Amino acid sequence: MNTLLILPLITPLMVAAVSFLVWRRKAWQKWLSVGGACMSFVWACALFESVRDGEILTMQAGGWAAPFGISLVADTFAAVMVLLTATMGLAVTIYAVRSIDERRAAFGFYPILQILLMGVTGAFLTGDLFNLYVWFEVMLMSSFVLLALGGERAQIEGGIKYVTINLLSSAIFLAAIGFLYSVTGTLNMADLALKIGALPASLTAPLSVLFLVAFGVKAGLFPLFFWLPASYHTPPAVVSAVFAGLLTKVGVYALIRTFTLIFAFTDVDVDNLLLTLAGLTMVTGGLGALAQTDARRVLSFLIIAHIGVAVMGLGLNSTRALAGTIFYLIEDVIVLTNLFLIVGIMGRVCGTFELARMGGMYRTHPMLGALFLVPAWSLSGVPPFSGFFAKLALVQAGLEVEAYTVVALSLVVGILTLVAMMRLWAEAFWKPSPYVVDAAQDKMQTGKMLLVPVCALSLMSIGLGIGAEAVFGVALTAAGQIDNANGYIEAVLGVRR
Amino acid sequence: MSLILRTATRYLMPLLLLFSVFLLFRGHNKPGGGFIAGLVAAAAFSLFAIANDVRAARALVRVEPQTLLGAGLLLALMSGLLASFGGGDFLTGVWGDVHLPLVGELALGTPLFFDIGVYFVVIGVALMDVFTLAEETVAEETELLNADKKERRR
Repeated sequence: MNTLLILPLITPLMVAAVSFLVWRRKAWQKWLSVGGACMSFVWACALFESVRDGEILTMQAGGWAAPFGISLVADTFAAVMVLLTATMGLAVTIYAVRSIDERRAAFGFYPILQILLMGVTGAFLTGDLFNLYVWFEVMLMSSFVLLALGGERAQIEGGIKYVTINLLSSAIFLAAIGFLYSVTGTLNMADLALKIGALPASLTAPLSVLFLVAFGVKAGLFPLFFWLPASYHTPPAVVSAVFAGLLTKVGVYALIRTFTLIFAFTDVDVDNLLLTLAGLTMVTGGLGALAQTDARRVLSFLIIAHIGVAVMGLGLNSTRALAGTIFYLIEDVIVLTNLFLIVGIMGRVCGTFELARMGGMYRTHPMLGALFLVPAWSLSGVPPFSGFFAKLALVQAGLEVEAYTVVALSLVVGILTLVAMMRLWAEAFWKPSPYVVDAAQDKMQTGKMLLVPVCALSLMSIGLGIGAEAVFGVALTAAGQIDNANGYIEAVLGVRR
Repeated sequence: MSLILRTATRYLMPLLLLFSVFLLFRGHNKPGGGFIAGLVAAAAFSLFAIANDVRAARALVRVEPQTLLGAGLLLALMSGLLASFGGGDFLTGVWGDVHLPLVGELALGTPLFFDIGVYFVVIGVALMDVFTLAEETVAEETELLNADKKERRR
């Protein structure tokens, strides 16, 4: 079933193409996007179903054999990420239908959102480094349009920072690809894994650092994260949500792929560097979140803190730790998307995202207050929710290799997250409103449709916590495949290593 | 708008459009192809827009650039998907011989349709940019002119 690999990729492109044909009919574009997102979700489910037991699907585009053509590869990890992308895509599209204004829709919000989702899916499925770069560009271009669409002053300012630093990272990535190609003669990841072992460490070490910097910028790792809180709070909530949920995770995914598949076969050891960076990322993100006064900026810093936790699993470098990272990524994508969507509703109700000017929502929107607590507790790692089990796996893996400092930091960041979340909750819900709130008007502003994706994602968080055993099983399968790359190489190239 | 440019455009435009189609078909095995051919065609329409005005150029293209873009994307996608329907990998070339009266045997393949798709996408994108920018400039100029007139009336 090779076609299964291409379906989640071309469905959004098809929707975008048809949307261009019906450019003037915004309502058609809206429902086309919802339909397309549903279809992508179905394809992603089918793809996940067919690889969840550890099978690896490959497709060679154009029928060109592996090291020469472009390979698409779906192992369990990639399929999980594709499924997450499709799920988030469906959630944010439904949310966008009721929250995106006509003006943004007229400039093509819906087709561009679909193209962004295609870029993310492509980055997860590709088995070729240069193709990965192309998908990164697709993501960058569409995310820049989504970020700047609407043309508000803050948006343009955030957009410039975002695009400058991301272009820089792309340039470094491209340079690294060029160097790698000049010394190995191939860019197929599986083929690279076979050939890179012959190179001396004096060549591979600088190359690995180039990739680390390029993907570190995308992921928002410690010294390179500053563009993220400077831009993520400027666009509409639904755009922030899809950025927060998916874009930084693509960076983490690329880090995991390159360092477990390619540089694992060299003498380069970046584990300690990764652990140090992860620790610093957690602390700066967590402390940064406490210092913010804008609800969306609080969340932006929390994204960074939790990227640190995810990268920690890569630095620990054991099957258990990788499984923890994968579980953590699953949880993080759902929870952060959900938080941004909820904060979007809160902002609509209060008319502001400034914590000092929010308040009194517990009286007017008690349900929303309860809904907010689900992802908030999950992100902090409070027991019955999914975040707890993901972090538990990471902490256990950390204790196994006696990396006490980073384990301690990951626990501290959980507390920092909890404090930041409770502060947000207390400010927005518990504190009496600084203004007299007209309850009837508020009810109208919320909109029932906006609550549908929020409820669904909250249920998913709870479900992941209850079914943690099964989810961790899938994560272990995926981590096993990553840790022992022979299966991947054999599936792509058809030869044993 | 200068008379020289307008007259020259009248002769240049058909040449450019013909050349773009030539490039498109030549591109299969030799330098050329959908991308560069699309640029040449877009250059022809842009030249017309500069020599006359954007509204006339839009009327000449007949369809909206967005439609060209969408149709091109769909065509390219379909040509790639054709192989998938037959059980092959996405984008694999599918070839068939077509017998045409007078011309004779003609080898037709999906890569050609992919290239034509690219051709339309490039024309669509380039014209969308050129027309939007040109209309904005015109709008700004008219605004300045109107402001100038008001100033003078005072």
